[in-house]
Amino acid sequence: MKLLTTMMLAGSAAMLATGALAQNTHIDVAMQLEPPNLDPTGGAAQAIDSVVYSNIFEGLTRFMSDGSVVPGLAERWDISDDGLVYTFHLRSGVTFHDGTSMDAEDVKFSLDRARAEDSTNAQKGLFANITDVTVIDPLTVQVTLSVPTGSFLFNMAWGDAVIVAPESIGTAATNPVGTGAFVFQDWVQGDHISIARNPGYWGTPAVLESVTFRFISDPTAAYAALMAEDVDVFAGYPAPENVPQFEADPRFQVLIGNTEGETILAMNNGAEPFNNRLVRKAVAHAIDRQAIIDGAMYGMGTPIGTHFAPHNPDYIDLTGLSNYDPELSRQLLAEAGYPDGFDTVMTLPPPSYARRGGEIIAAQLREVGINAEIQNQEWAQWLEVTFGGHDYGLTIVSHTEPMDIGIYANPGYYFQYDNPDFQKLMATLNQTTEPAARSDLLKQAQTIIAEDYVNGYLFELAIPTIARAGIEGLWLNQPTAAIDMTAVSWP
Amino acid sequence: MIRYMIGRVTSLCLSLVVASMVIFTVVEIVPGDPAAYMLGVNARPDTIAALRTELGLDLPTAQRYVAWVTGMLQGDFGTSYTYRTPVSQMVADRIAVSLPLALLALAITVVIAFPAGIYAASHRGRTGDLGVMGATQLGIAVPNFWFAMILVLIFAIKLRWVSAGGFPGWDAGLFKGLKALILPAFALALPQAAILTRVMRSSLLDMLNEDFIRTARAKGLSRRQALWRHAVRNALIPVLTIIGLQFSFLLAGGIVIEQVFFLPGMGRLIFQAISSRDLIVVESVVMLLIASVIIVNFAVDLAYAAVDPRLRTGA
Amino acid sequence: MRMPRSLILGSLLTMVFAGGALLSFIWTPYDIETLAIPQRLQTPTGAHWLGTDQLGRDIVSMIMMGARTSIAVALLAVGIGICLGVPLGLVAAARRGSMLDEVIMRGNDLIFAFPSLVIAILITAVFGAGATNAIIAIGIFNIPVFARVTRGAALSFWSRDFILAARVAGKSPARISVEHILPNIANLLIVQSTIQFSLGILAEAALSYIGLGAQPPTASWGRMLADAQTLASIAPHVALVPGLAIVFTVLGLNLMGDGLRDLLDPRIRVART
Repeated sequence: MKLLTTMMLAGSAAMLATGALAQNTHIDVAMQLEPPNLDPTGGAAQAIDSVVYSNIFEGLTRFMSDGSVVPGLAERWDISDDGLVYTFHLRSGVTFHDGTSMDAEDVKFSLDRARAEDSTNAQKGLFANITDVTVIDPLTVQVTLSVPTGSFLFNMAWGDAVIVAPESIGTAATNPVGTGAFVFQDWVQGDHISIARNPGYWGTPAVLESVTFRFISDPTAAYAALMAEDVDVFAGYPAPENVPQFEADPRFQVLIGNTEGETILAMNNGAEPFNNRLVRKAVAHAIDRQAIIDGAMYGMGTPIGTHFAPHNPDYIDLTGLSNYDPELSRQLLAEAGYPDGFDTVMTLPPPSYARRGGEIIAAQLREVGINAEIQNQEWAQWLEVTFGGHDYGLTIVSHTEPMDIGIYANPGYYFQYDNPDFQKLMATLNQTTEPAARSDLLKQAQTIIAEDYVNGYLFELAIPTIARAGIEGLWLNQPTAAIDMTAVSWP
Repeated sequence: MIRYMIGRVTSLCLSLVVASMVIFTVVEIVPGDPAAYMLGVNARPDTIAALRTELGLDLPTAQRYVAWVTGMLQGDFGTSYTYRTPVSQMVADRIAVSLPLALLALAITVVIAFPAGIYAASHRGRTGDLGVMGATQLGIAVPNFWFAMILVLIFAIKLRWVSAGGFPGWDAGLFKGLKALILPAFALALPQAAILTRVMRSSLLDMLNEDFIRTARAKGLSRRQALWRHAVRNALIPVLTIIGLQFSFLLAGGIVIEQVFFLPGMGRLIFQAISSRDLIVVESVVMLLIASVIIVNFAVDLAYAAVDPRLRTGA
Repeated sequence: MRMPRSLILGSLLTMVFAGGALLSFIWTPYDIETLAIPQRLQTPTGAHWLGTDQLGRDIVSMIMMGARTSIAVALLAVGIGICLGVPLGLVAAARRGSMLDEVIMRGNDLIFAFPSLVIAILITAVFGAGATNAIIAIGIFNIPVFARVTRGAALSFWSRDFILAARVAGKSPARISVEHILPNIANLLIVQSTIQFSLGILAEAALSYIGLGAQPPTASWGRMLADAQTLASIAPHVALVPGLAIVFTVLGLNLMGDGLRDLLDPRIRVART
């Protein structure tokens, strides 16, 4: 009996030890949405970038956690004086995970594929200004633009612009082959994706030996998984109401970072009654931003007064233009010809900021006489009916692409804002590369759309990441949807 | 018998055809373009059109229906729009979770219901019976997703006996796989066990009133002997029917449980496919489920007819 | 005849919630459309007998309004089942063995074969989420239940002497079905209705739980549970109360059904699918 007990104890000790060792080189990361496939150049789902950006695939340039754009596969570059020709000098000795080398031919292949007529790249607009891609030598690529594009290097850092190889792109959806610090291992659909350290990586190797991404969409299950210590990190934790609990628990650390997500109450500027600026102004003053942030996001989120990220140095605080003033709101409605308010439809996509926020806003609008009937729609429905069909009065959505104030220059975009002055301003901005001039133009742009009350500007989405205490290297902010594990380690 | 069989086979084929048409129509009229969903808000119309052509979405409806049906008859259930993998492979992967889960839940149900039902029937009218009946009343009334929530709170978070959900895959070992399924199986089994207990009890009670039982008692068998040797066996027939019904429910009805325990099963596959407008997956998987139920019913009917000639006239 | 205890207990329980639902039409302690975020997640106090939820709404009021939703949806779904299912069952029994009977029975089997929750999700995906479509989705699956039960019970009457007499006297099957058979199976239908009613309450809760039932600001117990899940460890009452409401209502209805069955005809065996 004693022998048996000793054996069992020894066995458990061994298991614990190996368990602990394994723990130090492996991390389980949970995320809400499972990517539909693993090709970031073929689909719009952010979940794809979350798994592969910087881990498996890399581009000419890349984002860092603070939003800055740094060299990626391109070591350095020269820009011609007229701003039309970019010459990229690529790093040498870079190989794809299947052993083939990465060279200028691959860059030409990737860029040409993205901008082709029949390309299914979700962000084709990023490549729109490219007229020609020429291979100078295996490590030098020349890209010619049709107009000077101030945001070109920024654009090339997006996940949709990563460099892929013709040998492996065919099966990239299920077997991604890139140049990153991790290699794709396996994908059990519905459950997890595993990646392992790339021993042949060109740069600083990853500290972790392996990472497993697990998909847990239900907020209660997310809470349970963390508390039961089934996962080590939850990137983009979906239930802000639990955050104080995790903050109080010594086992966990809570990182609340910012994103590029401007959450707005979009108004259909192309239809009655929101084509009337006074009505839009009335709606803006009927909204109490802080109540929405407290009620729907449990205090997480920064109020915004225009469509721009507050952490961006060019941001100006215009929240005063749309301060909470229900009295003023009612006056404006009467002035606009709606003394008794009016009825409208508010469609809400699935995310909780929309569903919860929507309930609160509907109550606030009711106070001034606007009766907004809530229609919950799933994404596919929302895309077809609200976004594509423009069949709505109000909707709530968060625009997470970085630096996307340009959408206000598109009169066909779902909120149908048509201001020729703004469109001219955007055209000028796109051609301006000098930072001070760009800054000035951006500030003007912010002011115009705030004074026109195009939409109700609510708040900048915050991203809570809950992790086991001591884990280092996790990105705090999300300048792009990415869970960059290349610099993450246990203490 | 031959005539009966021909009749049943004809109605089987008709049922399958009608079912396929209904499913196809319902899925087709669901608003929402799969290509637009996959490419997101910034996609340009020409990109979306290109994807639609790639997925074969711009072909006429009738042509797509025929292609789908002929494909299925040859065992090809199409390729998922979102995952770009064959549907048959996805189904095989998910069945590997849903089927064991359903079987485990069924096993738990039977293990609870049989003794409870027999006990209640043999103590009819007394405290034991009332206690069991009261418990079954509660069991039927509890929504299984709420029960699941409570199970997770107690066993996964507070006690840490099992993980809060997820499925490591059968490759990780039989024990680990079963451990991941035990809590969801209990959540699924509770209301089914309650129902089955009542069916077992009432079926037994009916038997106990039958003439042949009284004959057995008259012959000198004790109450308990009569119960075990004669009543239980005969009482099993309606019970087995109910078990069959419950099995088909468990296989597809676990959507909510699979969501709560984030299990990669059939239910969640259908739910996600509907959300992302992966029409091929929805059509093919729903068709598979319905076909399996219809075919199982058909087989059971045949078995009954073979055993009991009275049933062949179609009662 | 002695009132069965189950009937008394069941009726009392059901009355509590039905009464609350009816009362909600003219009065609730607080208006559920006014949010009061600073007062959220309070435990039961004198001002709020069951506390407040995550948006500051009074839970007693939410439960009353939710009772209204659950009962209305379940009741109307039963209505659909009866109005369409009973005639189908009567016709099938009257024309027993014919092609029509076969078609009706196979149609029933077909509907039973469809996974109900999946169809409900598809219906709401096509026609939109909301209470009306929830009623339709649940009602569709009540039709075969009532059809099958009606047919089974009617069949046993068709072979009775007094029916044979009516047929000899020249009455059409339709008149016989309505004048003679229907009144005799009414008790069975009443009992089956209470069962389908309680199942309907559970189905509505499940649909609302996954977001497809009544939409905000209409209150619904299932949605209350879904919203409250992540709060279970901070404010358990928000997750417990709606769940208990569902349990007690369904319990009450089931007890009522059992009691009614015992009262009306102890020989009746009721189908439970």
